[in-house]
Amino acid sequence: MKDKVSIVIVSHSAEVARGTARMVREMVGDDVEVAHCGGDPDGGLGCDVAAIMDAIENVWSDRGIAILVDLGGSETNSEMAIEMLDPEKAEKIVICSAPIVEGAVMAATEAAGGSDLNAVRATAEEFK
Amino acid sequence: MRNDLLAEIIDRIVEAIQVNADELTFLDQAIGDGDHGTNLRRGAESLLKNRDAIAELEFGPALKKAGTTIVMTVGGASGPLYGSALLAMAREASEMPEDSVGISKLTETGVNAVKARGRSDVGAKTMLDVLVPVHEAVNRGASLHEIRDVTEKAVEATRTMQAKKGRASFLGIRSIGHIDPGARSAAHIVNAICNVLEHR
Repeated sequence: MKDKVSIVIVSHSAEVARGTARMVREMVGDDVEVAHCGGDPDGGLGCDVAAIMDAIENVWSDRGIAILVDLGGSETNSEMAIEMLDPEKAEKIVICSAPIVEGAVMAATEAAGGSDLNAVRATAEEFK
Repeated sequence: MRNDLLAEIIDRIVEAIQVNADELTFLDQAIGDGDHGTNLRRGAESLLKNRDAIAELEFGPALKKAGTTIVMTVGGASGPLYGSALLAMAREASEMPEDSVGISKLTETGVNAVKARGRSDVGAKTMLDVLVPVHEAVNRGASLHEIRDVTEKAVEATRTMQAKKGRASFLGIRSIGHIDPGARSAAHIVNAICNVLEHR
């Protein structure tokens, strides 16, 4: 079982999602699980609820998941994805109201120290 | 037993989206990110693929399958918005409503789900500016002809509104003067349903 909060990055762009995940990896290290997804089901700019659900499942931690999003559609689609998961999991997932890159790095830094989901979210949202 | 009415409604909605996808994208290019038509076309194609499977289901499960299909394939904010309406209606209705009271309860459920998902309401230049007046018309027992009229006026009324939600809200007052693409797609859907009901 993973002992830290995991991070999920949801962008409209696969490149932004991948690049953000890479920044987290290089700046924070490997102590925190990071998943990322971006783009619509055809690979264009947009969102994909199934991909968001997969990303969450891939890095699932019982300590929780902090999601970082870019624009409004990512938030709406992430909320939809959360709602379609098992309700017991859904309550351990938060969407941080923070800029995607800064928020992801800050959230991962906090998570790496073993903080709980509320603290991870609060740290990310300091950038609000 | 196969629900022929539902199958026909799906066919007409899919057709309306396919025929008008370029127009929706054009409207979205003016004030959004220009993908509304493309997104809904993808949803429509998937809906068509699943049409027979949906029509074979009981009413509630059929709405649920349609909603899930939309949510999983559309890819823009409109996917969760339209999808949530269907999923909420699926939870509410076990059988196809047969009178205007039943239909009104169903449309109210759908409209409330869109409001909740989008954290929005009328006046923000969104699909709700069509869906809410259409629900109100259904609720007062308006004829299909009146519903069409309400729909057309509601779409046109979004032109002078300033967007408060979604990408269009970034434009501030520059969003004024354009019809909202979400309102337009909602109108195409309403009209498609009216078309089916008129010919029965």
